[in-house]
Amino acid sequence: MKIVMAKPGLDGHDRGAKVIARALRDGGHEVVYTGLRRTPEEISRIVMDEDATALGLSTLSGAHDVLVPRICELLRESGMGHVMVFLGGIIPERDHGKMFLEGVRAIFGPGSKTEDILAFLEKSESRIEKNLPIGVFNDDGWHWN
Amino acid sequence: MTWKEKLLQSALEGSRRDLSRLLTMIEKGEELAMSKGEENHDYMILGITGPPGVGKSTLVGRIISYWKDRGKKVAVLAIDPSSPRTGGALLGDRVRMDSANSGEGVFVRSLSTRGNPGGISASLMAMSKLLASCGWEKIIIETVGSGQSEIKIVAFADKIVLVDGPDRGDIIQAEKAGIIELADLVVVNKSDVPSALKVAENIRSAFSFSNENDSPEVLLVSAERNDGIEEMMQLIQSSESPLWRSRIKIRERLLSLWDHRLMSSPMLNQVIDDIETGSISLEDGLDILSGWKNE
Repeated sequence: MKIVMAKPGLDGHDRGAKVIARALRDGGHEVVYTGLRRTPEEISRIVMDEDATALGLSTLSGAHDVLVPRICELLRESGMGHVMVFLGGIIPERDHGKMFLEGVRAIFGPGSKTEDILAFLEKSESRIEKNLPIGVFNDDGWHWN
Repeated sequence: MTWKEKLLQSALEGSRRDLSRLLTMIEKGEELAMSKGEENHDYMILGITGPPGVGKSTLVGRIISYWKDRGKKVAVLAIDPSSPRTGGALLGDRVRMDSANSGEGVFVRSLSTRGNPGGISASLMAMSKLLASCGWEKIIIETVGSGQSEIKIVAFADKIVLVDGPDRGDIIQAEKAGIIELADLVVVNKSDVPSALKVAENIRSAFSFSNENDSPEVLLVSAERNDGIEEMMQLIQSSESPLWRSRIKIRERLLSLWDHRLMSSPMLNQVIDDIETGSISLEDGLDILSGWKNE
């Protein structure tokens, strides 16, 4: 699967994002890493140029509340509603429901196992094969956790 | 009109989304039927290659800015190797190209070799053509490597720049193997590191042994400090390929197309099986494979 790993917003810590990128590569995926401090507009354009199937967002700043809905909206607006979005970093439990409503399909907080993320991607691939939705158009409300 | 034709039309009319989809189709090995008239006449394909870690992506970032500032639309195809064990790839060139994210006039696609560095050349050629048709005036192909197969990948580029860095000396190795002949310009990056000067001198003196007085220029730059970039761009634009270099390039293009055609033959596995069991010879196998043409 072609996956864009992005760091939206202003926090400057990408150790986590890099570890995940590496783990996904070892799991046989093609991972494009964007580097730090990308705006929602930049991220949406990168996903378009790369024609990625999935977008992993890592945020530690607490701004996911604003950034994630904006990115999902941009994807939908620019004809990329099929792109699957998953989150990592610090996303408080109480915000999970809201993120899933935006179309996010999985949230991996601190302590997540890379095997778990790979299993999630495998599940998503099998959903693609069965023509079930995984994108930010949240048709059937499926999410991983 | 088929779905593919619709995509093509919409991409030609400027849809970035559909252009990107078509690139994926080419990457997967599909062929696009484009009529001659659809090709944009005023475009340039620039190949940037060199060993890992010499600063190619940072340099490409500078080239993007240079052209962007002059109102050009710039597209980049950045190729990274994929892991031979898992097939996965980490494509991180964007991290060092800040200008890659700077707006509508810059298009960047990261690609992995999918374990077949030789075979990617044909799809890169098709991708560049498509980008040119869609109005992208400057097309940069960035590949890792100092080996023969990696330089071959960019043999179809109009201009080829070979990048080296201090404490590498890879280009001198390349010179021994004769493959440096494809380069129009040699750039030694990280000129702020004292040993870069020595590397540049070594390369120049290696060239001076050859009888040709039209060996490529050797230029010191610092992509990090934006030093020497103007001069590099002027040399890229002004360097004329001598006739013999154009001929080598055409030869390499033929070879990569030939490789591609053999490797994409549907009979390939059958032929390998037959050679293995001894029912046909290598020459027979080659005859079977080369007789096949993708119509």
